[in-house]
Amino acid sequence: MKTIPVATTINGDETEFLCHTDESLLDVLRDRLGLTGAKEGCGTGDCGACSVMMNGRLVCSCLVLGVETEGAEIETIEGMAKGDTLHPLQRVFLEEAALQCGICTPGILVAAKALLEKNPDPTDTEVRYWLAGNLCRCTGYDKIIKAVQKAAAEMRAA
Amino acid sequence: MRYVKPESFEAAATLLRDETGISRILAGGTDVLVQLKAEMVEPDLMVDLKHLPGMREIVAEDGGFRIGAAVSGAELGEHDAVKAMWPGVVEGVELIGSSQVQSRATMAGNLCTGSPAGDAVPAMVTAEAVARVHGPDGVRDVPVVDIPTGPGKNSLSKGEFITSIYLPARPAHAGDAYLRFIPRTEMDIAVSSAAVSLALDEDGTVTSARVAVGAVAPTVRLVKDAGAALVGSKLDDAAIAAMVHAVEAACSPITDKRGTIEFRTKTAGVLAKRAALIAYGRAGGQL
Ligand SMILES: Cc1cc2nc3c(=O)[nH]c(=O)nc-3n(C[C@H](O)[C@H](O)[C@H](O)COP(=O)(O)OP(=O)(O)OC[C@H]3O[C@@H](n4cnc5c(N)ncnc54)[C@H](O)[C@@H]3O)c2cc1C
Ligand code: FES
Ligand code: FES
Repeated sequence: MKTIPVATTINGDETEFLCHTDESLLDVLRDRLGLTGAKEGCGTGDCGACSVMMNGRLVCSCLVLGVETEGAEIETIEGMAKGDTLHPLQRVFLEEAALQCGICTPGILVAAKALLEKNPDPTDTEVRYWLAGNLCRCTGYDKIIKAVQKAAAEMRAA
Repeated sequence: MRYVKPESFEAAATLLRDETGISRILAGGTDVLVQLKAEMVEPDLMVDLKHLPGMREIVAEDGGFRIGAAVSGAELGEHDAVKAMWPGVVEGVELIGSSQVQSRATMAGNLCTGSPAGDAVPAMVTAEAVARVHGPDGVRDVPVVDIPTGPGKNSLSKGEFITSIYLPARPAHAGDAYLRFIPRTEMDIAVSSAAVSLALDEDGTVTSARVAVGAVAPTVRLVKDAGAALVGSKLDDAAIAAMVHAVEAACSPITDKRGTIEFRTKTAGVLAKRAALIAYGRAGGQL
């Protein structure tokens, strides 16, 4: 099958890749660009482990075609830390042990960051609804919600 | 699979008309890419129209709003004026999936995919929304209620696609609402659902009413008798009971893992009642 050239911006870097028309953005990121932070939990939009930002919106990269990202701005978990400095959400997730196996964590961090940019002071209910599309099979959601709230408080104070 | 972004609606219509294999429109992809992944459908041609003029715009028109077919649920939910005019339509669209799905899913996709449980559909039907359809023979306007024809099926002919959905002006003293039943609070498919749109006169008497139900028949159904049962009332118990009875009579659901025939029928009536009370309040009625 023929591949198609696509030009996008990923974490601020202009990036060109070749992909098949039926290949998902998730497969492109992981298999062609070596950006393996986004995970595949389901491939059908249910788990959120593949969450990335596309043109400023939170999406499941498993439900975007690679060819659709021509000219788009993509942000992945790999772009969240600035050099060696973790984003407050990343640091607080570690401090509060808001992860176990970590498969869901990149997606949850990307999704939580998107929420806090829109709504810096969400209620617990708002956090739970916003993250309803991010499934975690080990940690339990309480620690995750608490970590998001703690990071949000730090970010508001900063 | 060929992936094409046509230069115009005319080019898209010709391309779709001339395709001999299986073709699909790619809107938000939240149904079609799931089907692709599951190998439920293997399109030969995927047509992306999201870049074409008006597809991503919400424009005021004749007192109502024209919503481009590629406007996402999230974009619609952020539009305060549409939300103020048709809160039931917007709450239906916003119930679709997660935050991630909302960034992509469209109400036109929800309509064309033909699910009996599509959450955007009942309130579009009660709002008397009209789809603008482009195709090889030109442009036509089709009431939303006439688009779905059965599970996974719609009435568009080969080469046709929706470019926008028009929500008409809402009369004074009018309101709408949409409710669904799911066993959890988020991320599930409706077991049953109901939308109600009402208009009242100055003293709160219902002058017109439309009721539609979802997930209880092969397509979303407009229940004319149910709307008629509310007209002339202030939603007193007798009018509500007659409306619920009409809703139940219009249900012909299936039993599956989500619910039985009896449960779906009963909950559709309950939801229609609750949605009617919410719509009445939104219309400014005092109970
Ligand atoms: C995790 C998850 C949760 C979901 N939850 C819900 C839910 O709670 N409620 C619900 O109702 N649905 C739900 N869905 C289904 C889906 O998100 C909705 O049906 C959505 O509205 C589809 O819109 P789309 O833009 O993504 O359509 P697409 O997948 O892009 O297209 C769907 C179909 O419509 C056709 N189509 C699209 N646009 C047009 C057009 N303009 N003209 C003609 N044909 C067109 C396509 O050819 C395709 O057959 C969920 C899906 C996922 C993955
Ligand atoms: S892998 Fe994309 S949502 Fe699960
Ligand atoms: S930490 Fe294992 S899935 Fe969430």
